[in-house]
Amino acid sequence: MTSPLQQKIKVTGPNVVTANRLGDGAVVYRTADGGWATEIGQAAVVADASAALQLLNAAKADGKRAVDVYLAPVKLEGDGIKPGNLRETIRMRGPTIDLPAGLGI
Amino acid sequence: MYHYDDFDRTLVAERVGEFRGQVTRRLAGELTEDEFKSLRLMNGVYLQLHAYMLRIAIPYGTLSSDQMRRLAHVARRFDRGYGHFTTRQNIQFNWIKLAELPDAMAALAEAGLHGMQTSGNCVRNITTDQWAGVAPDELEDPRIWAELLRQHLTLHPEFSFLPRKFKIAVSAAKHDRAAVKVHDLGLYMHKNAEGEVGFEVMVGGGLGRTPFIGKTIKPFLHKRDLLSYVEAVLRLYNQYGRRDNIYKARIKILVHDKGAEAFGKEVDAEWQTIKDSALALEPDVIADISSRFSYPEYLPLSDSPQELEAARKDAAFAAWHENAVTRHRMPGYAIVTLSLKPVGKPPGDATADQMDRIAKIADQYSFSEIRVGHEQNLVLPHVAQRDLPAVWRELEAIGVATPNVGLVSDIIACPGLDYCSLANARAIPVAQEISKRFADPRVAKDLGRLHVNISGCINACGHHHVGHIGILGVEKNGEEFYQITIGGRADERAELGTLVGPAVPYEDVADIVEDIAEAYLALRESPAEKFIDTFSRVGVEPFKERVYATR
Repeated sequence: MTSPLQQKIKVTGPNVVTANRLGDGAVVYRTADGGWATEIGQAAVVADASAALQLLNAAKADGKRAVDVYLAPVKLEGDGIKPGNLRETIRMRGPTIDLPAGLGI
Repeated sequence: MYHYDDFDRTLVAERVGEFRGQVTRRLAGELTEDEFKSLRLMNGVYLQLHAYMLRIAIPYGTLSSDQMRRLAHVARRFDRGYGHFTTRQNIQFNWIKLAELPDAMAALAEAGLHGMQTSGNCVRNITTDQWAGVAPDELEDPRIWAELLRQHLTLHPEFSFLPRKFKIAVSAAKHDRAAVKVHDLGLYMHKNAEGEVGFEVMVGGGLGRTPFIGKTIKPFLHKRDLLSYVEAVLRLYNQYGRRDNIYKARIKILVHDKGAEAFGKEVDAEWQTIKDSALALEPDVIADISSRFSYPEYLPLSDSPQELEAARKDAAFAAWHENAVTRHRMPGYAIVTLSLKPVGKPPGDATADQMDRIAKIADQYSFSEIRVGHEQNLVLPHVAQRDLPAVWRELEAIGVATPNVGLVSDIIACPGLDYCSLANARAIPVAQEISKRFADPRVAKDLGRLHVNISGCINACGHHHVGHIGILGVEKNGEEFYQITIGGRADERAELGTLVGPAVPYEDVADIVEDIAEAYLALRESPAEKFIDTFSRVGVEPFKERVYATR
């Protein structure tokens, strides 16, 4: 069995580590200081496998605050960090539809 | 309605207490996520894209008005004011906080509702015809058998860790409205040559990654033997179902690999060892369960009362009556389907305000009873025909009287990529766009019965394989694409759909559906020939030629 330290991951561009907050499931991003933020702009960005693995393993070890931890691709646009695919865009922004309200009429 | 006793109430309440302790330990860090995950799943708690999701069983689709009010309360107090009715007679709340889940479950438990066995590798919520007990084409009420199975299989120690989930559906009507042939175990009640009512047992049906229509392994099973025979099937599955590969773990793979006949023989051999055990259902046991189902004290009424005939002069009422109202087994009464598919809105969603109003309408007009169907609509099962005009006005006022039941805009759709962590593509916006394209009731009526089913991934929660038009969302190089099939059906003549052409991007799906509808109008022999019958007659090629010729 491969130990976590021996894990190999492929990183082909900028990535962040994302997860869901334990208490309410909200989408969170790992920050450079070892915390979690709900804003993707505050996420630590990694661009090579070694840094990605280090960030990922530290985040996974923080199971009291966040769950379902994984690497997600991002795009760097100007000073901003944007989700790298539709799934991550929806996770960041919420459903693409209007949520039902009131009497539905 | 079925009346729970103290045993049921204690069981559900104790389970809430147990889960409260588990949540407390998880939040305190005393349980890891790996340890906690299986515990939460046993209570119907998933982690989705944005939040935790709680799935609650509505056994055999029957809800009291008090239970509906309790669902409204939970939606309002613990969620974002709405819930989503699923294709398995469950409801899902999408935004519940982990710390508040025990309180939400306690509130539900007070009304006899829970999430046990709505997830995990166990026997899931047992489903049936949403018109059970009131349909004129029914032999007898199938809910009695669903309830017997529910009691036997809830927290059954031998079947709490099956290779994979196991879904059972029961139908007792001539027209199968419970999709029994696409369940792991389908029970279809019918009469044998001697006039005795029993079960045809089908196994290995299912959708998902590897779809199969169920195969009959027992053409006629006596009622007495229901529990022992189902137990024998589950034992075989538990012993031989694959645990090494999640994609090959469902019973359909086992039945396919062994062959239905061989599997049936093995079940039979196992069954012989237990059929005369305590599992045999003696008449007093059946009578006891039956006695806990209460039926309304119907008034002696006649069909087509004067109030109804007068109201039918109103074109809007007449359209709704023709579409959403069905004959009842009792004279003077009707079955009313509430469309949760308003044009441009998410299929199957109901707000807390709607739930409260529906509960009130049920109290006033349907003996306080509501049903949930696998097509993601609701039903008032006992409405006096003379009350139909008043009921229509009330339903219209809360947006659940769109006259599109069974028509092209009555779309089944899973939550898709807007909510679900498994999804590859969105399903709800696709459904919304299609329903807008067919918003004209005259167009939808002309097309007639036409089921459009949409799934956001291969797991097929939107039952796309058995849609007359089936739409499956896939991901290609980071983009949403959709495979489209036609000719599927989930009724007593269940079939899997046939691919009509290459996958198309998100923007083109509604266009393709419109083209398929136009092809049908051109190909049908007469307006009386339904879409599915035209497909059966001509096959996929003429549709393919018309829809893809210019693409």
